[in-house]
This record gives sequence, structure tokens and C-alpha cells, in this order.
Amino acid sequence: MGETIDLKLHVWRQSGPNAPGRFEDYTHYAKAIPTHASFLEFLDIVNERLILAGIEPIAFDHDCREGICGMCGVVINGRPHGPRKATTTCQLHMRHFRNGEEIWVEPWRAKAFPIVKDLIVDRSAFDRIIQAGGYITARVGSAPDANAILIPKQVAEEAMDAAACIGCGACVAACPNGSASLFVAAKLGHFNSLPQGKPELDRRVLGMVTQHEKEGFGGCSNHYLCEAACPKEISVKWIAKMNRDFIRASLRYAPPVERKEGYG
Amino acid sequence: MDLKSNTPTGPIEKRWQNHKFQLQLVNPANRRKYKIIVVGTGLAGASAGATLADLGYNVLSFCYQDSPRRAHSIAAQGGINAAKNYQGDGDSVFRLFYETIKGGDFRARESNVYRLAEISVDIIDQCVALGVPFAREYGGLLANRSFGGTQVSRTFYARGQTGQQLLLAAYSALSRMIAAGKVQMRPRCEMIDLIVVDGRARGIVTRDLVTGKLEAHLGDAVILATGGYGNVFYLSTNAKGCNASAIWRAHRRGAGFANPCFTQIHPTSIPQAGEYQSKLTLMSESLRNDGRIWVPRKPEDCTKDPRSIPERDRYYYLEEKYPKFGNLMPRDIASRQAKFVCDQGLGVGPEIDGVRRGVYLDFTDAIKRDGVEVIREKYGNLFDMYERITGENPYEVPMRIYPATHYTMGGLWVDYNLMSNISGLFVAGEANFSDHGANRLGASALMQGLADGFFILPYTVADYLARNGPSKGVDENHPAVRSAIKEAEARINQFIEVGQKGTHTVDYFHRKLGMILWNECGMTRNEKGLRKALEEIPKLHEEFRAKVKIVGGGETLNRELEKALRVDDFFELGVLMCLDALERDESCGCHFREEHQTKPDPNVPGSYGGECVRDDERFAHVAVWEWKGEGKFARHVEPLNFEYVKLEQRKY
Amino acid sequence: MASSQVLSFTRTAIGQKALVAVTGIILYGFAFFHALGNLQVFLGREAFNQYAEMLQSMPKLVWATRLVLLVALITHVVLVVRLARRAREAKPAHYRFEERMDPSEGILRRYARQTMLLSGLIILAYIVFHLMHLTVGAVPGLFFVRGMAYENLIYGMRTPWVAGFYLFANLLLGLHLYHGCRALFQTLGLRHPQWDRRSFAMALSITAVIVGTNVIIPIAGLTRLVGGELPEDPQEVLRTGEEKHTVSE
Repeated sequence: MGETIDLKLHVWRQSGPNAPGRFEDYTHYAKAIPTHASFLEFLDIVNERLILAGIEPIAFDHDCREGICGMCGVVINGRPHGPRKATTTCQLHMRHFRNGEEIWVEPWRAKAFPIVKDLIVDRSAFDRIIQAGGYITARVGSAPDANAILIPKQVAEEAMDAAACIGCGACVAACPNGSASLFVAAKLGHFNSLPQGKPELDRRVLGMVTQHEKEGFGGCSNHYLCEAACPKEISVKWIAKMNRDFIRASLRYAPPVERKEGYG
Repeated sequence: MDLKSNTPTGPIEKRWQNHKFQLQLVNPANRRKYKIIVVGTGLAGASAGATLADLGYNVLSFCYQDSPRRAHSIAAQGGINAAKNYQGDGDSVFRLFYETIKGGDFRARESNVYRLAEISVDIIDQCVALGVPFAREYGGLLANRSFGGTQVSRTFYARGQTGQQLLLAAYSALSRMIAAGKVQMRPRCEMIDLIVVDGRARGIVTRDLVTGKLEAHLGDAVILATGGYGNVFYLSTNAKGCNASAIWRAHRRGAGFANPCFTQIHPTSIPQAGEYQSKLTLMSESLRNDGRIWVPRKPEDCTKDPRSIPERDRYYYLEEKYPKFGNLMPRDIASRQAKFVCDQGLGVGPEIDGVRRGVYLDFTDAIKRDGVEVIREKYGNLFDMYERITGENPYEVPMRIYPATHYTMGGLWVDYNLMSNISGLFVAGEANFSDHGANRLGASALMQGLADGFFILPYTVADYLARNGPSKGVDENHPAVRSAIKEAEARINQFIEVGQKGTHTVDYFHRKLGMILWNECGMTRNEKGLRKALEEIPKLHEEFRAKVKIVGGGETLNRELEKALRVDDFFELGVLMCLDALERDESCGCHFREEHQTKPDPNVPGSYGGECVRDDERFAHVAVWEWKGEGKFARHVEPLNFEYVKLEQRKY
Repeated sequence: MASSQVLSFTRTAIGQKALVAVTGIILYGFAFFHALGNLQVFLGREAFNQYAEMLQSMPKLVWATRLVLLVALITHVVLVVRLARRAREAKPAHYRFEERMDPSEGILRRYARQTMLLSGLIILAYIVFHLMHLTVGAVPGLFFVRGMAYENLIYGMRTPWVAGFYLFANLLLGLHLYHGCRALFQTLGLRHPQWDRRSFAMALSITAVIVGTNVIIPIAGLTRLVGGELPEDPQEVLRTGEEKHTVSE
């Protein structure tokens, strides 16, 4: 239980979006790390030591620390969220590292995810993609009885598979093209699979794909590294569905004439 | 302090309908003249922001995370209650109301709780319309399950991620309004203070967490939907960033704080593994259906491999003490008994501060009885989660569990309109005290958040605006605004200055504070302990303010500074919690005063004692605390009347 | 909202990728029929040359096909280059280590997807060479006489470096198509759990036919398994060929 390991730790430090970044060697502060600590707790321990040594602690994003909020995520030895399959950084534990192992910690790298500080990146592009259509328009007060819409179990389960996305951005970090296809496809897959989502399907897929382009993400070239890195194991089959829906929508969609009233 | 609850009278099932009719409306053309500030983007905040914006108001929304999608509502696993009676098993609005009042041990308002039960039905409709992929039956109808020992199946769920799916639905609705230009979203921005002018909430002071910039935001009403304060204990199941600063700063500006000592404990969390531990993770209580809870009888066995301890040396304390219910004893009793045996020195797992805090939850017998496949089918994902975190295989080695804080029923006092005693300051979700009394039922937190945001605030905020009109005469140069910013600046600078020479990290102090509160104001409380805590906390607070170490300045992203500001508030809140627990000289719900518990009745077989003993004569009320300057508080009381549910003691 | 501002299909990565897939299918289909036609080399000189002549007798069809293929090829290449440039812009910095992301992935699949651009460029060079060699006859030092397709092919393959290049390029083509045929179903959204295995199997068999044929011919040519009846010195054929030529006229 009291087992500890020493690590050779290198962490990317960068004070701001346009500042030059570099790796710092924190091996000195990465000694006697309990193997039962999570990776973020390991960074906490290093940070406590850095603070007491008068060094600014490593900035990293995190919140729920139980693998669901999607806020945490760093690249560990070239792999987003580290070496374990289906595991977020906060759920990764130090027992999966060897004593004396060299660890390189870096932020997500993609043009659409500018670095805020150290290991923190700006993922607001994801929010803007959702704003471009990642919703079902349903005003409060207008909803029919919940059982009025019958949804086959299988459809609900499939939609849930896609909806499990936590929006962490590991797919983008893993993709050699810096593409967010898996994220966009998962959100589209969730809504577009459900009957409630069908009326806005074309508008949604065109809007979100367009926003994805505008944010500067790359395109998908079928490497499927996103699926391998995804902590929720979301399938690339959703990308195929997105492609199909997008192609179909492009062929048949005519934007409605925008009227002055409303906020649309 | 003016504590007019504004609860309607008349038949309970008509109260909300009648009240809604009494509430004034705002003309659609005038709505765009109003600006509403919403702090927090969890279920309550996001749904309120989206709905108000859809009605035509301008909304300014804040969250400390990088995106509104990350609020901690996302981590709720179990489900959401609704009195739909889709199963035809005898559920009704009245039954949900009744059980909530009773579950809260008669410390909540009947009118509020009835409204919650009534609205629960609409929430499910709204969420399905927004695309929440709730579990379905083969025929396409919604599935339900029984949750937390209720006799009816009224819980709707989306695998073990109900909170996530509901939050994403609220977030998507909010996103639609952001795209429409009706909501202005400010992520990575934390509320530092409330601006009150002439008794009305007029805005907030925020700190941009990336640039460190302090800003004043002014509006016609302020809604706080900032969640609970469980992190006061340092270790809890809350997200790391969850904090009490928004409600605490509002409290310091005059808002009453109700029932701060009501904090709920969950019995089956994965125990702490070491001092570095940063948070606790819950596991479903359903594990207790098949697992047997025990500790070694002899302290010297506590470090041994549990498999090597013979049956006669195992102490199945719940089964022995309570043969009738055994391992399925209610949450609070199971939690307290775990603490009791661990404090006796029989706990297992790592020793932290001289105590091993953990008990075994053993599936060996269940596996022998049903076979490993049946157990895997039922609990496979929970076992996997346990193994991922602890590195131990629960199919072979008994799990270790320990109780953890996971919800706070206390919060800012609000009236029936969810408005605090500061006019124009509304409080929603876990941040208010309103609906759960002294104990919350499982799967009711999500329900309350969405009820407040989707279905209550849009009416009551409108009424407030219609009655008061647009706020006039307050701009950035108003003395109240300027002084609020100045105060915030001074406070931050103070920490930066002290921080340069400090000797201990923020977490060091936070852990110490948490330990005091967990020991003295946690699962069980007594007068002596509370008095001790009331002496220790202010001392530690003073030390914190003098010796905390913070590296870096205030004009940049500085996580230590953020934490210091939050912990500073936790210290004051901790004092108030102990004070409230001390003054509430009874046991009720989660609040267990050791002085007030039932004794075993020798004439009743299976009688075990250890139950809460309420004192309805003296304490059938809400305790509301007023800030009276540094470390001083005044206690006020809002009496509770029960017309529909008869006051009775819980019996099992 | 975005409805009035959606990007036109061909400006999105998905649209461009769909065009890459469609043009890929066209080129793919051509490669398949081209390979089937080439198999006739095993039927002997007469049959093969007759086949070549038959094609030459339909200039309109040939030129129409060539035009379609040219457009398809240019579109394919231009869009791929554009997408690659875009991808590089989207990923300006790389990681310190590029550890294997998915250890369960087979080596062939991994290699195929990683080398798409490189294999594509080499195949492009190969196509140009192939056209110069056997259609235009403009590779210095290599035997070429218009109307003698069989001889042109056989003597080409007898040159070791030519056979080697054909071999190498076609193995790369195999790798390229292996990834391509999996990817095209994904890119066009033509996936379904019920069909996936069948559609992949079909695409893979077609790829096998193309690559198999294109690989066997250079080997057979080099080892004289095919065209062994032709004299070692191409000049001899040329002489007899001229005789024949005059005779038939």
C-alpha cells in the first residue's frame, strides 16, 4: 500500500498563447510518488513541492476527477490521456508506470486549441460547434408527453453510445490532422439518431460541419486514432454517419428565407 | 431579517397554479430591456439561462470551468425522479411529495416540496423533447427503476450517466440561446462579490480566471446557481472546483444562510488511499444488495489479507447489530456505524492520521451463491471502476468502502419564489436550501435543479422584474460598484502579498479544515466536539491568512490564488456550520447529534436504537443565519407548518 | 444562425473527401478492368495485340475514357494535396514522442494509412512512367513500336529495373488501395454493421485481383514465363515485324 516510485518527469511549460514553450525537467520533484495516486494527484504532489520551492505550479485543467466532466486531459508520452485504454487522465493511476520511467507531459496540440497556459488549452471551438446546431429546439412548455414519442430500445441505446462523449478533445489531440470529426460526429449521432432530432437534421449537420471547418480543424483521413484515444470509446462509425448525413443534406437542403422576426 | 416565505395558502394541489396566476408578467416587447445575471451553468443555471433567454430576456451567464458543459451536475449517476406513474405501481404527485417531506425528516416547506413533485412530471417531458436518451423498454416506452429503497419505480435514467445527459441537454438549450445572441457566456470567470444597492441585488464582481481582470457586471436580477459546498470538507465527491464563494459572498452582503449544518453523507464511496488524495469517488449503493459489510474483530488483523481472516474473527457489524435489515440499513445509519467501528480501531486499508478509514464490502458469499457471472452481470462496471481506482480485483479481494460527503441540503434561504431576502437575488438548485429538508432522497437533486431553472424562475423572476421595472441609476461608476471592486482588489492583493512569504500551501490548510469539520461536524456531532471545532477553525483561519504560500501574481491564470479565495470563504462557512449544528440541539435527517438518539428497546426483538430523535417542539423550523461582521452571526427562524403530512418518527 | 452561411459542399473537408472517394472509385474501376485486360498477356501475342488493336479501333471511347480518367486523377490528387496541406496547418506542432496510439492495430493497416500520401505520389510517378513507357513510347532505351503492345510489354519487363519499378509501384498500389477501399465506405457514409464485412471483403478481393495481376506480369516477363517465345534481341522482332507489316499491307 505504501509503495512509491520515482519518475523522470518532463513537463511542457508555456506562460501564454504566444509565449515560447519548452520542456522543464522536474525529475527532482517527482520522487517518492505513491503508486495509488492518480496522474492528476501526481501533478498535485509535484505542484505542492514546486510551490514550496517558490516555482510557479504547473497549470492544468481538471474538475470532477471521476472521468465524466471532460475538463482534464494531457498528452503523456505522445498519447492523449496516457497509456490506458478508455481512461481519462484523472482516472489513470501511477501504478501503471514503472519506477524510474521517463514521462513527457504535453498539452493537446492542434491549431484550433490554442494553449492558454502550460497544459491548459482553449477548447471553446467545441462550444461554438455546438452553438452552430448541436441542440434540439424545444421551448419549455411545448413538450409533448414523454411517452408520446416511442423510441425503440436499440435506437435509444445507440444514441446513448454517441451521447457518452465528454467533450475532452482527446480525439483532436490524437488525430494527425487535428480533426474534431469524432466529436462532431458523436454529437450529431446522438441527436440525428433520435426521432426528436430529425426535423433539424439537415440544418444541424450543415451548421456544425461548417463551424468545424471555420475553427481550423483538419479533415478526417481515416486513421481512427481518435477512437483509440477516446476515453469513452466512441466508435468512428459515427463519422461515417456524419459523412452520409452531410452529403445527403448538401444535396437536398435549401436554407429557409430568413425573416426579420425572431432571433434566428 | 425579513423572512417572508410568500408561500401560498389554500389546497396544496392548487397552490402553485394559483400562485402562478398571481405572478405578474412582462410584456414580450419589454423583456429585451432586462438583463439577468446567472452564475453557474449546472442543471439549474443552464436551464434558467436558456429559458429566460428564450422568453426574450438578455442573459449574462458565468461559469468557472472552460465550458458550461462541465458543471458538476454532470457527475450524477443514478437518475431523476418524476411522479409519472408510468409503471402503474401506485405513484402519484402526492406520494412523491409525501416521501420527500418524510425523507427530509420534516424540515422542508410543504408548499415547495409539493410544487417540486408536481413539476417533476413536466421535467421528463421537457428533457425527452431536448433529446435526452433515457433508457427505454423494447416497446419504445420509457423505462424506470426503483431507487434508494422506494416502493415505486419512478426513477428515469440514462445508463449510469443521467446527470451527464441532463446537463448536456440543458447545455444544448443554453448553446442555442448563445447562438441566438440572447445569452452572453463567460466561461473561466468566477464571481467574487455581489453588488447590492439600496437593498436590491444589482450585479456581481467577477474575476477573469485567465487574465485576472476584475470586472463589475450589472443587471436587473441576479440568479445564483452555484451548487453546494461539500468541498468545505476538502474530501468529498464534488468536483475540485466546486466552492461556496458565490453564496458566501452573497451571505456576507446580507443574504440569509439556511440550515448550513445539513450535509448529506453517502455510505459507499471508495476510501481515501493516502494524504495526497484529492477527491472521493462514489459507487452505487446497490452494491449493498449483495455485498456483506464487515471489519476484523481484532485490531491486529486489520493489516492482514482479508481472505486469511477466518469467519469467526470477522465482525459483520450491521448484520449483528441490526439483524432485521442488516447490510441494507438506511444510508445514515450504515455510514455512522462504519465511522463507529473505524474509530474503535477496527478499520481497514491505509492508515491516515492514525485511523484506518475503511470497511470491507465482501462479495465472496454472493459469488459462491450466484456464480461470478451473475455478479459480473449486475455489478461489472462498478467492479471495473473500483479496480481502475484501487488496483484491487473485487472478484477476489473484498472491496473497501467508506462514507463520503456528496450533497448539501443547506444553502441560501429563499422564499417560495426562490428569491433570497435580498430583493432581486434568486438562488436555485443545490445552492438554495429549499426542498430537501434535513435529508435528500436519491435521484431528487437533478429533479430540483431542473424544476427551479426550467419551470419556476422564469415565472418568479418575471414577477420581480414586472414589479420593480428596469434598474436605473446604477452604472460602473456608482460608489457601491466601485467599492465592491476595490474590496475585491484589496483582498486579492492581500493574498498575493502574504503568499510571497508564506510557508504552507492552500491545500495544506484546506485539508486541516476538512479534517476538523469531518470529525466534529460530519456524520455525527456532539456539543463538545462542535465547541472544540468552533475554537480551532478561527485559529486555523488566522494562520491561513498569515502563512499561506502563493506563487505568482494576480494578473494571470493563478490556480493557487483561486483556491485561496475559495478556502478563505470555506473557513467562515465552516464556523457557521458548526454553530448551526451546535444550536440545532436535536437529531434530524443527516444531522445526528449523539445526545439525541433512540435507545435499544429490550422488549422489541430486533430493536437497535441509534435513530435520530427530533425535537419538533423546539426545532420544527428553518434556521436562518445572518452575517453580523467577521465571525459573528445571528440566528433567525422560519417556522414550518405541516398540514398534509403528519409529523412522525422514522421507524424501520 | 449558420443556415445561410453554410459552406458549399466542395469547400468542406467532408465534401472534398467524398470527391476523393468518388474519383478513387473511378480510378479503382479503371485499374480493375485494365488489370483484367492485361491478363490476356497470358493468352499469347496474338490475343493481346488483337485486344490492343480492338481498343485502338474505338478512338472516341478511348479518348472519352482518358478524359474522364484524367479529370478524376487530377481531382483526386489536387484535393488530396489540399486536404493534406489543411491537415498540416491544423496540426502545427507534434509531440515529443509519438508512441503507438493503438497497439492492437495490425502493422499492415498502420503502415497503409500512414503512407497514403507517399504511396500516392509514387503511384502518380509510376502512372506517368507507365504512360511514357507503353502508351507514348518516350522512355529512352526502352523498346517501343506502336501497334506491338505485346512486344512492348514483354521487352519492357525483361529490363530488370523496369520490372522492379513496376513491382514496387504495384505493391504500393496495393497498400494504397487497401487503405483506400476501407476508407471509401467510411468517407461516403456507406457503412452498416450488416454490410461492413461483405463490402470490405468485396473491395479487398478486387484489390487482390488488381495487385495480383499487376505483380505477376513483371515477374512472369522477367523470368520469361510469359513471352519466352520472343527472341532475346528485340531488333529481330522488329525485322520480322516489319516484314509482317509489309506483307499485311
